[in-house]
Amino acid sequence: MTTTTPEVPTSAAPQVSVAAGEAHKKLTSPWASLAAAVIAILWTVPTIGLFISSFRPENEVKTSGWWTWFTNPSFTLDNYDEVLHGSDTNLATYFVNSIVITIPAVIIPITLATLAAYAFAWMKFPGRDVLFVAVFAMQIVPIQVTMIPLLTKYVNPPFGLPSLAGSDAPGGGFYTIWLSHSIFALPLAIFLLHNFMKEIPAELIEAARVDGAGHVKIFTRVMLPLMTPAIAAFAIFQFLWVWNDLLVALVFAGGNQDTSPLTVRLAELSGTRDQAWHLLSAGAFVSLVVPLVVFLSLQRYFVRGLLAGSVKG
Amino acid sequence: MSSGEKFLQMFIAIFAFIAVMGVVLFLADRVRSRRGEVLQTVAFLLPATVMIAFGLLYPAIKTIMQSFQDASGTSYIGFDNYKTIFTSSDQLIVLRNTAFWVIVTPIAATLIGLVYAVLIDRARIEKFAKALIFLPMAISLVGASIIWKFMYDYRATENPQIGLLNQILKSLGFDTYRFLLNDPANTLFLIVIMVWVQAGFAMTVLSASIKAIPDDIVEAARLDGVSGFRMFRYITVPSIRPSLVVVLTTISITTLKVFDIVRTSTGGNFNTSVLANEFYTQSFRAFNTGLGAALASLLFVLVIPIVVYNVRQMRKLEAR
Repeated sequence: MTTTTPEVPTSAAPQVSVAAGEAHKKLTSPWASLAAAVIAILWTVPTIGLFISSFRPENEVKTSGWWTWFTNPSFTLDNYDEVLHGSDTNLATYFVNSIVITIPAVIIPITLATLAAYAFAWMKFPGRDVLFVAVFAMQIVPIQVTMIPLLTKYVNPPFGLPSLAGSDAPGGGFYTIWLSHSIFALPLAIFLLHNFMKEIPAELIEAARVDGAGHVKIFTRVMLPLMTPAIAAFAIFQFLWVWNDLLVALVFAGGNQDTSPLTVRLAELSGTRDQAWHLLSAGAFVSLVVPLVVFLSLQRYFVRGLLAGSVKG
Repeated sequence: MSSGEKFLQMFIAIFAFIAVMGVVLFLADRVRSRRGEVLQTVAFLLPATVMIAFGLLYPAIKTIMQSFQDASGTSYIGFDNYKTIFTSSDQLIVLRNTAFWVIVTPIAATLIGLVYAVLIDRARIEKFAKALIFLPMAISLVGASIIWKFMYDYRATENPQIGLLNQILKSLGFDTYRFLLNDPANTLFLIVIMVWVQAGFAMTVLSASIKAIPDDIVEAARLDGVSGFRMFRYITVPSIRPSLVVVLTTISITTLKVFDIVRTSTGGNFNTSVLANEFYTQSFRAFNTGLGAALASLLFVLVIPIVVYNVRQMRKLEAR
């Protein structure tokens, strides 16, 4: 929805003209390089420090700075072992919860949003534009505003439906989290996918209609293949958003060990065991590894999505 | 529940969802008439709109109503909750901190992102240099808070330090400092975490618009003898002004709603609470539904003007 260049910035470098390249040389002074290096170091050192600490034995982490590792190296996987399987932390369970929460919370809203976006882009019905603006406007509702009424409705659903929260809820209580994440994702997803769909030439749709294809066929045969990059971009966003979320999980998983994701457990540990740095460091990296892998391998789509304005909060 | 059971639940949910949607679409596709068109529209549109109405519209209205009710949500008390927010000394600190966050974070993150984008523009290792700043965006705010809490770790001056920042203070001959305890500077140290995360976003968007500045403008300025800082000040910044506004407003919106950092780092203690955290504390820890709803509604009211401005600027950007 924003910015003038659809171009992915990381791939733009080779297209620089010679003149511009020369102009650039004049801009780059040693001071500029130094400033860039300082920022880059400031941005990486905190992570490196925690990463090194996660491989140091407990007594060393607690008694000496991680920078002494360079002169006095040591290596152990004990911290990871304890943080994953120790009865006190048991992050392996929460890791599974994070996966079980995230996958449906990505698939469901994207499917529904793609369908709705298609309806808004290519179906004719009365009140279409008004409804679309209304959906767009729902983006401004902060999720905090929705939480208590939503939780109340999950516990006491209307029309005599079974309660979605509590210990004997269906699916062990995951449904409230899946449903909440799906709802919160919809307005932005519909808006972005609609914008992408509008860019597809109308002739393509018309031609398919003339050939006798209904909306369902056009959607599955024509639209979905063309939309794959846009869907991928949003899927990555939603994945990172859900995996990294704390608030939704805190409120809707209710601190239950069976349904809480990694972030909830880590935030808890950070509060209750705030000097157990050997565990906190390893725990943090257990939670970081999945988003980092997803992010690094799909960075191209991520940047494209970012430049298309998919920013959520 | 065992892990196997959880995965089973997940597959059941996904399968059920896909099966239901598949059957609905298949049936809608079978009806070929004017009625069929209507049926298809409903099948495409209804699930999403019902969910939005149930999960966003209804709760928003309900919360605004609750904000005029007492702690247990039984009787209406007018504007008393809002009066509390703007008069009680605890809540005034929350407002002060929120103002700090919303003003400092966007400016600092955008400035750093912009400077960095200009500095590394067309450098040989640009891609790598960008990834370094960008990585914090992929990790959770909980993870980021733990990373920085470790940086801020405090030990008395005579002891060996494990937090890097206090080690630096000690090496320079200063006493070590309780970064997260001493009010009001501790809020600034929490803001650092958010800036650290958001600078990558600013850098990416601004870098893209810097690359979109036409070469002939840069060339013409260069022939006129403009370079270095003056190029930045008189050519680069004015050319990307709309993107700057979008980045600034987007980060302010995100910052207003952020609660993870305060929750993980200090739990809102030591006078560091912000609106979003106070909402959580009041609603789910103190069980003061009325005040919680009022805090959430205030958040809502504060977000609206920034969003409207943000959307307008984006429209302008698109029109160019």
